[in-house]
Amino acid sequence: MKIKKFLYSQKAAPYVFVVPFILSFLFFWVYPLCSTITMSFQDIGPATSEWIGFKNYAKLLRDPTFRTAIANSFEYMLGTLILLIPFPMLFAVLMDSRLVKAKGFWKACLYLPALTSVVISGTLFRLMFSEYPTGQMNVITSALGLGTFKWLKMKSTGLGALLLTACWRWTGVNMLYFLSGLKGIDNALYESAEIDGANAWQKFRYVTIPLIKPTTIYVLTISVYAGLAMFMESFMLWAGPASPNNIGLTIVGYLYNRGIQKNDLGYGSAIGLVLLVIALIINIIQLIANGTFKKEER
Amino acid sequence: MADSIGKKMGMSAKNRILSVIATAWFAILAIIIIFPVFAGLLASFRPGTELIRKGLSIDLDVSTMTLNNYIYLFSGNADSQKYFMWFRNSLFLTAVSVVGTLVICYIVAYGLSMYEYPLKNFLFFLVIATMMVPFEILILPLYKEMITLKLIDTTAGVVLPGICGASTVFFFRQYMIGLPKELLDAGRIDGATEYGICFKIMLPITKPAFAAMSILCAMGAWNNVLWPMLVYRNAAKFTLPIGLNTLLTPYGNNYDVLIAGSMFGILPVFIVFLCFQKYFIEGMTAGAVKG
Repeated sequence: MKIKKFLYSQKAAPYVFVVPFILSFLFFWVYPLCSTITMSFQDIGPATSEWIGFKNYAKLLRDPTFRTAIANSFEYMLGTLILLIPFPMLFAVLMDSRLVKAKGFWKACLYLPALTSVVISGTLFRLMFSEYPTGQMNVITSALGLGTFKWLKMKSTGLGALLLTACWRWTGVNMLYFLSGLKGIDNALYESAEIDGANAWQKFRYVTIPLIKPTTIYVLTISVYAGLAMFMESFMLWAGPASPNNIGLTIVGYLYNRGIQKNDLGYGSAIGLVLLVIALIINIIQLIANGTFKKEER
Repeated sequence: MADSIGKKMGMSAKNRILSVIATAWFAILAIIIIFPVFAGLLASFRPGTELIRKGLSIDLDVSTMTLNNYIYLFSGNADSQKYFMWFRNSLFLTAVSVVGTLVICYIVAYGLSMYEYPLKNFLFFLVIATMMVPFEILILPLYKEMITLKLIDTTAGVVLPGICGASTVFFFRQYMIGLPKELLDAGRIDGATEYGICFKIMLPITKPAFAAMSILCAMGAWNNVLWPMLVYRNAAKFTLPIGLNTLLTPYGNNYDVLIAGSMFGILPVFIVFLCFQKYFIEGMTAGAVKG
């Protein structure tokens, strides 16, 4: 009776409410994170595991395949940053203006790819990037007089195919993020800028860009993470974790190869932790550069 | 910016031209975006072997199109049964994830927004901290953990690790912070318990947040591949994306089902999207507004 009374008290109630989070946090975050850190220092066999110190990491440093994976993931991430931040931002500004008619319809069309599973979109793009002259991309390049390509067999075109798939899926979503950021900007600021004689470009540069910075930082952060952790897109484009000369191999793809397919959980964990450290470093640098930690001073 | 220009001058001739250009620009973008799905749709009316032989491209020749793939898909034969089993599995997984995630995240967010207590901010910080680790790096230890917990091949194993999703908790909390706290005291005066207040008074007024989040969670669960693919080993449990992926053999003997099934698999999400478009966008952009 006493316990029941305590649990129903106003003091205990919030703790009861957050219990599911604490459990999920401990079981599905703290534990796996610690476990993957431990495993990264072990050589894990079917029955026994042996403590081998930094050997997994030393091996990673000398592993040319891992370097390929890191390079691929970085190139992909940088590509998405270049393509999936400025352009969606401009589209959002245009969409926000009075000039565009039937906005709802265009927004819905641009959002459509986000509804499809990566399996479906990946399959569609894989078939469009077919090396046969009748594949869609080859039809286009032949029509332009550029000839045909073995898209998914060369490094540059393979990366291009990945980036195009990413643009297809995320341009609309990122545009909607920026649109919601633009809604938060007070129209009076544009009017006062106009009174000061600002032209369209100056208004964009000195009002829009600074004021949608929180949205930009958000999009940047999720793009960095999603870019570095990309795997399924490449998995679908090459119909599996293997690609010719590893042109589509990403960090998580390599983690999957080693950890799941070859069941080397120790080495796989080390790969994952390198990815985590890279992601955290980039994120912290980016937050410092954007002055997020200085927010209180305003 | 162009906004306020338009206001000042009204719709002058120059603006009308600009308006046509701007609208045309989005029309072009929309065509590019719809293009692959349209090509897939056209291809779904042709034999799957064509895809293997030729790849995918827009082919408007109506004379070569048949309904055979869809007839096959709905024929009730072994392939068709397999497809609809995946479909049912996906529906089931989606329903379980949505209900589980929403209930858990609502409760947690309630605890993080409606009371004042010493650990509150620290706990919220922990919620945010979980977002800093990409899920992909946890798949190995979680996979091992699921084997230890005997949750491999179970829906619980697929759903539990993500059931307290940080972004969903975050969204609910943002929404609930704006709700009047006086309602809690009013409930207490009326003799409701803390839990009664949570479920009987506050839950009904949180409905819009539920609407936005249920759609987002459902879409995530319906389209999720990586984690379900690792947890489900038994082919009888495969969801639609996993099942479709198994059809991607180099021989292409199943491309009829693959292409028709892919197109048909987009349909449920698409219909839900058309009906609840507002909630989709609301739920998705909620995280970005605060930054």
